[in-house]
Parts: sequence; C-alpha cells; structure tokens
Amino acid sequence: MNFDKEFDASGLSCPLPILKTKKALADMASGQVLKLVATDCGAVKDMQAFADQTGNTLLSTTEANGAYTFFMKKK
Amino acid sequence: MATKKMAIIASKGTLDMAYPPFILASTAAALGYEVQIFFTFYGLQLLRKDLSSVMISPLANPAMPMPVPMPVLVQILPGMESMATMMMKQKIKKHGVASLQELRDLCIEADVKLIACQMTVDLFEFDKSEFIDGIEWGGAAMFMGFAGETDVCLFV
Repeated sequence: MNFDKEFDASGLSCPLPILKTKKALADMASGQVLKLVATDCGAVKDMQAFADQTGNTLLSTTEANGAYTFFMKKK
Repeated sequence: MATKKMAIIASKGTLDMAYPPFILASTAAALGYEVQIFFTFYGLQLLRKDLSSVMISPLANPAMPMPVPMPVLVQILPGMESMATMMMKQKIKKHGVASLQELRDLCIEADVKLIACQMTVDLFEFDKSEFIDGIEWGGAAMFMGFAGETDVCLFV
C-alpha cells in the first residue's frame, strides 16, 4: 500500500503508539496515508478506537511475527 | 459536534497511582477531548519540577507483584521503598511504558490544563517555586465549573 509517512512504535506500550500517531498525523494533509508499526498487541483495538473517535480512517491492520502494521488515512 | 470534555481529580502521589491520570489525560487529548486535571492532596506531588520523590511502596499494597514473597516485617526495613521504586522504574523502561516525566510532558504539549489545589499548598506549607510553570492554582468551585460540563469525570 502507498503511504506518505511512516514511523515505528515498536517496543512502546499504551498509550504511546496512539499519542505518536496523533502527533504524526498533525503535520500531514487531509487524505494522506500514515504507516505505523507497533508491537503492543493492545494497539490493535486502540488504533481502531482512535480512528472511530477522531474520524480518521484505518485502512488496514496486518500482523507478522508479532509486529502490527497499520495504515491510517487522515481525515 | 461539540468538543468532548474530561475532568480528572488526581489525589494520590505514588508512582503507581500517578499513571492513570496522565495516561487517560494524554490519550483523551489525542482523541480530541478538552481535558483538565485537578491535583489535590498527595496528587500535588505529581506537579513538582523534580519527580524523583514520587515512589511506590510495597507496604499496605498486597496486590503489588513481588519477585519473591516478602513478609510485611521485611517490607518495613529502611531502603525497601527505594528498592521497590527502582525495580518498578526498570520494569517500566523494559516494557516500553512511558516515564512519568514523559507522560506529563505529553499532557502539557497536548494542552491538558493542570490545576493545583491552593488549599493543599497552604495546608502542607509547600513552596510554590518547587512546582512546574504553566499550572493554574484553584479550588473546588473552579474545578466544578469545568467538571459540571464534562462527558467523563473521574476521581483517582
């Protein structure tokens, strides 16, 4: 999937992946896509909840070898 | 849609009880909430410039997981509190959990309003210069002014 920005939140626990997602999205333009990698399994539900409550779109969530990759489209 | 609001009363000053207010406040702010935390009694310790005195004690805390079973009479020995705090901080770091300082900075950065209880400062004769800049000093009525309009209101 194409993306405009990415960051790695591997090794970070709740709520840091969410806080860093929020920060990363702040300087992006509407419609741009952020790629985020996290190892905190709680981030799967948290990232969906973040998207639901902020209006950004979680395009996909995939898991491979204990790492979760999220693609979030900015509102 | 109107901005959602959350108010938290932080009344505890130990390392374990410092986390819930700062975690919830920073997360709510990231979700677009307007957030205020009112620090009262021991919670005021969480607004000090120097957070090194924020500790955790195994005493009177039977739910705290210990590496080895430890009788209460051992827990009262000098240095046990420092040791428990050191071990807790190591655990926090190892598991990628934010430090207290980091979480507090994230709250400030996200415009979480931090209010310190004026009565507590007077009661314990604290020196205001020992607290971080940018906080507001206020009382119960000031807190209620905001709390009465919130969607989420918690006492920690």
